Amino acid sequence: MKALLVALPAAPLLAGLLGLLLPPGDTGRRRFAAALGVAGAAVALVLTVMLLAAADDPVQTGARWVSLGDLDVTLTFSAGRAALYVALAVTVVALAVQVYSIAYLHDDPRYAPYAAQVSLFTGAMLLVVTSGDLILLLVGWEVMGACSYLLIGHDRRLPEAPAAAVKAFLVTRVGDVGFLLGIAILGVSAGSFRIADVLAHEHEAGPLLAALLLVLAGVAGKSAQFPLHTWLPDAMAGPTPISALIHAATMVAAGVYVVFRLFPLFESSPTALAVLGVMAAVTLLLGALSATAQDDLKRVLAWSTVSQIGYMTGALAVGSPAAALFHLLTHAAFKALLFLAAGAVIHAVGTNLLSRMGGLREHLPVTFWSFVVGLGALAGLPPLAGFWSKENVLIAAAHATEGGTTTPVWVGWVVWSAALAGVAVTAWYATRLLLRAFFGVARPPTADWHVGFDDAAYARPDTPHDPPALMRWPLLVLAVPAALLGLAAFLPGFRTALELDEPHLEVAIVLPLVLLALGAGAAWWQWRAAPGADPALALGRLRPLFAAGFHLDAVQDRLVVRPVRALANAVRAVDERVVDAAVEGTGVATTRAGTLLATAHRAALPRAAVAVFTGALLLGVAAAIYGVAS
Amino acid sequence: MTVADALLLALGVIAVGSGALVVTSTHLVRAGLYLVISLGAIAGLYLVLGAELVAWVQVLVYVGAVVVLLLFAVMLTRAPIGPSDDLDRPAWPALLVGAGVGLGLAVLLADAFRWTVYALPEPGTAQRMGEQIFGGWVLPFEIISILLLAALIGAIVLSRPDIGARTGEPAED
Amino acid sequence: MHAVIPYVTAALLFGLGVYGVLRRRNAILVLMAVELMLNAVNLILVTADVTVRAALDRVQIEAWAYPNGEPYSGGVFALFVIVLAAAEVGVGLAIVLQFYRLRQAVAVDEVALHADEAVR
Repeated sequence: MKALLVALPAAPLLAGLLGLLLPPGDTGRRRFAAALGVAGAAVALVLTVMLLAAADDPVQTGARWVSLGDLDVTLTFSAGRAALYVALAVTVVALAVQVYSIAYLHDDPRYAPYAAQVSLFTGAMLLVVTSGDLILLLVGWEVMGACSYLLIGHDRRLPEAPAAAVKAFLVTRVGDVGFLLGIAILGVSAGSFRIADVLAHEHEAGPLLAALLLVLAGVAGKSAQFPLHTWLPDAMAGPTPISALIHAATMVAAGVYVVFRLFPLFESSPTALAVLGVMAAVTLLLGALSATAQDDLKRVLAWSTVSQIGYMTGALAVGSPAAALFHLLTHAAFKALLFLAAGAVIHAVGTNLLSRMGGLREHLPVTFWSFVVGLGALAGLPPLAGFWSKENVLIAAAHATEGGTTTPVWVGWVVWSAALAGVAVTAWYATRLLLRAFFGVARPPTADWHVGFDDAAYARPDTPHDPPALMRWPLLVLAVPAALLGLAAFLPGFRTALELDEPHLEVAIVLPLVLLALGAGAAWWQWRAAPGADPALALGRLRPLFAAGFHLDAVQDRLVVRPVRALANAVRAVDERVVDAAVEGTGVATTRAGTLLATAHRAALPRAAVAVFTGALLLGVAAAIYGVAS
Repeated sequence: MTVADALLLALGVIAVGSGALVVTSTHLVRAGLYLVISLGAIAGLYLVLGAELVAWVQVLVYVGAVVVLLLFAVMLTRAPIGPSDDLDRPAWPALLVGAGVGLGLAVLLADAFRWTVYALPEPGTAQRMGEQIFGGWVLPFEIISILLLAALIGAIVLSRPDIGARTGEPAED
Repeated sequence: MHAVIPYVTAALLFGLGVYGVLRRRNAILVLMAVELMLNAVNLILVTADVTVRAALDRVQIEAWAYPNGEPYSGGVFALFVIVLAAAEVGVGLAIVLQFYRLRQAVAVDEVALHADEAVR
């Protein structure tokens, strides 16, 4: 059992490392690389299922790795059932993505390193999930960040990809600094880095609050919360399966998972919960509003991810980690489904932009129904999965407004109202997306449609068509949990694992349903009024603001990027003109002095005579003065 | 102010005055002749100070030989008889250093000796000087004679007409 | 007599000699200025004979100190300087004349000190 637990992250990591040794290339090696990637994910999935089936108590195992002075860093793996459910979600999505990528990247010569990096990423995420030691968690965390950077920048033909990869890396790095400091404070305060020890220890209030806020910085970075969310929309420059794996299901959920793991500490600090709550509410609304005005299909989904993770962090802030985890699992399912289906659309049509899509319902039926299921789950349409998990979040927030939990009451109100508003906006943009892409009149392709790896860029099909089998089956597989995972809340085993409350349908669910109907109805009504036109035009002057993400990118540029660049330029200038110049200057000065002295040596007779007599005069004067003085 | 003082003053003025004219004159030949006057005045000073042999040797060698040699050189280098205006380099470094040296030394010496009176010595006659030279200073005397020989030979060698032939120019002028 | 008079005369002559060396372009005039300097030195030497002896006025001289009678070191040195000056002028003028033979000029600031200057 313990061996299985250690093997769980180790298998994909090994597959990834092996895969990186493969040279990128063509068909023969391609098959091997694909087999390796799929095998890694499949083995991890099997292991997770076995662990879930076998053990009831949390599995633990550990060994001392290195000691930093008094502190020990251990290789501890521990996985309770909740962690194993998260691992299940991760491995299912990873397997689906690996299979999907075989078809999606069929013409990519650099497929082998891609598959290896996906395996590495899967292993790192599983490491984060199953780690029982904060430093080991940090290792997985950072490897995920590195793989994310590599994978976002995978398509070298896209000019925006490298910039997006660097932006993702740097923004999450900013958060990671805080994360590292927070972990350090927690470890030093507890005397050990093992999570069990850290949770059991009685920390002092001041360092604890500082540590929790710093950890929240890391969470904000990795999980794309305000203000470190700016990297996620740009990260859509990566291939769509990557967006599905990393930026929908796993990496962005890692931050939520970490807070879930450390929740006993967060529960003792109302300030940290308040900060988390405000951050969640702002992110929720920011993401939802920005998603309403996007033209790029993947960007709508990216902003939607930002918003939905705001739901998860909001649930954590109001004191219900169970609801957060439940929403994490359902979100993994339906967001991965949505992204993979979006990949199918892009593959078929050859463009990301909604303004160039339309009337795809007849040609892509499977994709269409996948979108229906996914968007319905996103909006919270009963009985799809998202409805149940979102209900849990809203109920938890409503409970927090009554007081009695550690969360301050005003935070409960803020989160609850933001979540309710978010329901309406989410329904609106989900409906808009569906209508614009699949209904209406089909637009003819133009010459400059070209994005990523897709058939349409090379051999324009006369009609769009559903994706090939390797891409279709993952969609179908993911549609199942997207639809039905919510009903798992009725299963007692699942419920106790997550410590969820028993679901009961009460009057309070009417309000979100009304809001959902309002949002969807508004979008539908606008569509009927002006078919084919973008419903977002109704936003009027707010549309450019929302489309630009409230210009937070520009703010970030002004406040952070430019000063840092200026500072870097200044440091470089100082290095060149002061430090280097000092070093080179000694050489130059010596050469110049030498040349000067050489010229002096070459003085003609009269000048030499003047020099000699002047020297003699000065010496004589000096001697006379010295003689007078002494 | 004794007679000796008056003579010293007068001869000193003549010596300095003609020395100034030597270094400022624009006529080459006149500079040489002013040098004669200066050297003669200095010989007079030696006489007043009691160094008779030195005075007459000064007249013989300096005025009689050295100046003549200098004037011969002036002739042989085809110096213009009249005034020439390219004889001087810029004045200010020479003025600075020369004035500094001269005035500095003068101040130093005046400060050292003030207005003390010294008795005039016995005159340094040839006999007395000879006793010294061939008595205590005979070694330098002999070495000086070797030096004179060396200078003589050196001057002859340096004056050979074929010295410029190394660079390929014709030997004759 | 007041010894300061010949001393100051000698100092001024020396200064004039230095001025002449630094100011004059013609090599022969430079040699004339050098002669002025040497004469100044000679004058100081001869005057020192008088002042030093007078300064030693009440000093008891040992019997073995002056085996050849009263020394006239200043005068003797002055003689030596005169001889040296004569030798120096002889050799110096030989050089000047040789230089004149090669370059047709006797200006000291046209003396080439380097091979690359000598080519011109």
